[in-house]
Amino acid sequence: MRYLPLTETDRREMLGVIGAKSVDELFRDVPERARLDGLVDLPRRKGELDVERVLSKMASKNVAAGSVPFFVGAGAYRHHVPASVDHLIQRSEFLTSYTPYQPEITQGTLQYLFEFQTQVAMITGMEVANASMYDGSTGCGEAVLMAHRVTKRKKAVLSGTLHPQYAEVVRNLSEFADYELEVMPAALPGTTEDIVAHIADDTSCVVVQTPGFFGELVDLRPIAEAAHAKGALLIAVVPEIVSLGAVTPPGEMGADIVVGEGQSIGNGLNFGGPYVGLFATRQKFIRQMPGRLCGETVDADGKRGFVLTLSTREQHIRREKATSNICTNSGLCCLAFTIHMSLLGEEGYKRLARINHAAAVDLAERLAKVPGVEILNQAFFNEFTMRLTKPAAEVVDALADKGVLGGVPASRLLPGAGLDDLLIVASTEINTDEDRAAYAAALEEVL
Amino acid sequence: MSGMNKQGRPTSIAGASSVAHETFTGNRALHLEEALLFELDNPGACGVDLDEPAPFTARLGNFERQGRIGLPSVSEPEIVRHYVRLSAKNYSIDAGLYPLGSCTMKHNPRLNEKMARLPGIGDLHPLQPVKTVQGALELMDTLAHWLKELTGMPGVALSPKAGAHGELCGMMAIRAALIARGEDEARSRVLVPESAHGTNPATAALLGYKVDAIPATKEGRVDLEAFKAKLGSDVAAIMLTNPNTCGLFERDIIDIADAVHEAGAYFYCDGANFNAIVGRVRPGDLGVDAMHINLHKTFSTPHGGGGPGAGPVVFSQALAPFAPRPYVVHGPDGFRLVETAEDAKADGTTPFGRMTAFHGQMGMFVRALAYMMSHGSDGLRQVAEDAVLNANYVLASLKDDLSAPFEGPCMHEALFDDHFLKGTGVETLDFAKAMIDEGYHPMTMYFPLVVHGALLIEPTETESKQAVDLFIATLKDLARAAKSNDKERFTGAPYLSPRRRLDETAAARSPVLRWVPPAPKQAAE
Repeated sequence: MRYLPLTETDRREMLGVIGAKSVDELFRDVPERARLDGLVDLPRRKGELDVERVLSKMASKNVAAGSVPFFVGAGAYRHHVPASVDHLIQRSEFLTSYTPYQPEITQGTLQYLFEFQTQVAMITGMEVANASMYDGSTGCGEAVLMAHRVTKRKKAVLSGTLHPQYAEVVRNLSEFADYELEVMPAALPGTTEDIVAHIADDTSCVVVQTPGFFGELVDLRPIAEAAHAKGALLIAVVPEIVSLGAVTPPGEMGADIVVGEGQSIGNGLNFGGPYVGLFATRQKFIRQMPGRLCGETVDADGKRGFVLTLSTREQHIRREKATSNICTNSGLCCLAFTIHMSLLGEEGYKRLARINHAAAVDLAERLAKVPGVEILNQAFFNEFTMRLTKPAAEVVDALADKGVLGGVPASRLLPGAGLDDLLIVASTEINTDEDRAAYAAALEEVL
Repeated sequence: MSGMNKQGRPTSIAGASSVAHETFTGNRALHLEEALLFELDNPGACGVDLDEPAPFTARLGNFERQGRIGLPSVSEPEIVRHYVRLSAKNYSIDAGLYPLGSCTMKHNPRLNEKMARLPGIGDLHPLQPVKTVQGALELMDTLAHWLKELTGMPGVALSPKAGAHGELCGMMAIRAALIARGEDEARSRVLVPESAHGTNPATAALLGYKVDAIPATKEGRVDLEAFKAKLGSDVAAIMLTNPNTCGLFERDIIDIADAVHEAGAYFYCDGANFNAIVGRVRPGDLGVDAMHINLHKTFSTPHGGGGPGAGPVVFSQALAPFAPRPYVVHGPDGFRLVETAEDAKADGTTPFGRMTAFHGQMGMFVRALAYMMSHGSDGLRQVAEDAVLNANYVLASLKDDLSAPFEGPCMHEALFDDHFLKGTGVETLDFAKAMIDEGYHPMTMYFPLVVHGALLIEPTETESKQAVDLFIATLKDLARAAKSNDKERFTGAPYLSPRRRLDETAAARSPVLRWVPPAPKQAAE
């Protein structure tokens, strides 16, 4: 087997040193009735070529996003990733390194984490950020738990702007960790959600997403003010992180914790994972934060260096008293984010955001002219919701048959909520004028 | 020559800097100093070429961002050089043996990377119409089948994002089952051995359970009698790692499982060490009810400097009905996804909820599946055998030079304690740091907590005998040096790495977690 260096001669020699007659002897602590004599019922080993054939065949049964006019968003977005990003993250020294617990020989990882934390804090308008969570949705759950720790209260209020699957993750955690939760109904663009009225003296936090699940931008300022007046925290969720190149960051609107999905920068769609959860907050809350943190220090020669720090919050030190059970971060996805963001820089990031916004505005204008389409949004970034005269799920299916991936029917994530006629559509810099024209034409045929 | 020992090593920190040839740049040939990204800022430069969009009427409402963010401006060649230079400051499994016990630093095949980047796999949106992702669902279904066959367990949840997330998933399923039995309130205790990973008690505590530690025997295993004495009608589950964190197989595991079930509780197994037994032992045959599998350990997906991982969970018949959404169903019309509570109701199942948005770590699924298919049933069995053989070879070769607290055979990792360093003035940490100068990443230190000054070595099956022999010889030399008063080789180590020992206390005392622009200088003139 190509990945196994030991030869039969090696194995014999090694068993001699150990003083065992066979490898079976080394497994003698396994209860006899649990030892498998033969092989499990699975195919035998394959060479590279055969594995490639099997997996390529599976891949060929899918419609790759890049092969068609593509307008799907709702929490994951297709953006162009510069070639140098994927090259750099595949360097052995990044790809095949462990968590940087030995800082003397992992300064590469530690320094990019420090750069990542700085970039995330900058774009969200917050003071500090951690070294990432698994993804936006689990980061959102952790943010709610952190708010409970900070406020010593146990009740969260979730806005109807929040991605339904993020809300489910929080609900799941709340149920099993015995916290209270109030979930507002879906907040459609063009309607006003009176979340402020739901903030009470026992509220630990309100969770609001902007751009919201339906694409609408949300004014966080009055919500922050109302939350703070009651001693609650505002958690702002940003699943499309490119938006912050164009819109006011939550940190400037009073958010106490900002949770983001960083996939849009540097990371591919990957059918939903791995992604990279962004988690930023205020300096005064750092000891209540979940996840790894990288900090600056000096070495024995006085040179600047970086280490994982404040680990007395973490499970490997504090065990049952830790702030979270999280161990892993999204290391390599952070690196992809950091490199892409470095390439963009101030001007590139802002321009990328403007291009996205222009692409979505153009698409909205084109689709608004299609009979049977009503665009619901007033203020949006690169995603909006339209009301159709037919069920959106059927429309999306028919569009797919015409070679256009036209968005996400609201009913896929919110079945039974009376939203069957709503279609959520995103347009990014990857879409050309021709793509958008093709979408409008196909939609007109389908409706 | 003063300040040098007989191997020509400096004997003090001052000595170290005096032999080093001073350079103008601070670089030392291939050891290159590198500024922070933010210090490379060169306004006007940019690493991408993006055209300004044609004039249009913005629809951002009054949310247009004002002012500078502060991101630096740097060109592509400078960015590439920056990150290549940073990469050179990292140790990696591709560069050398990485014996971190419990972490399983094995070779990461590049075929897996290639497969993950096929456009028909990497470039798929999780919410595309299901009919456009039939191959992706087939891949998930195939992975699920392999995991179930290898573990002998009938249910699986693929979506957990990492090992600890898998633990959370498994324990939630246990709690859901207890709720369904009407025993949730009555069962408030979770038993966790002292030697467990920190994630186990942290997970149990997150779900509101009281964590009760089980002591270990002198043989490094669960004390069966003490464990049985702790069992009762208020126990929800036991969380047990097997092979355990001392690298030993729990001989009484079937008795433990039987006792757990007799008491009406469930058996959660931490599958971090599944690589030791894959293809040779099925956890389902041991009485396990739920077990997470770290795809980044047993199935070679890259550790990536700390992530991303993936932690699918397999379930027994008793817990399978509670496995979370989403899951894939293979029906007569192809593959479909059960995503929402409504879908599950229509499907007649009772999932406890959802762990994450979307469907889990697809990028890791494809890598793991490529690895599994490459090995096959025969190769995976060989993986376990060679991992165990390499570890026992290390244990047998070093037990007289270091000190081993427990009798062998061990499984995939060999545990030593600091008894052999007694009276030398060298501690486990110093010993580990001296390994860095010899070109090795240290083993896991001070874990598990049940032995003093633990040194946990996991060579993995992808190390050749030649590589393991040199590693053994190095550790023998270090042990000899420690015992012969060559203390400076250890207490000041590492001397030769990109950075010397870092001041972690200072880092924690006044945390600096981000770069901030230097304060503007006063106008001098």
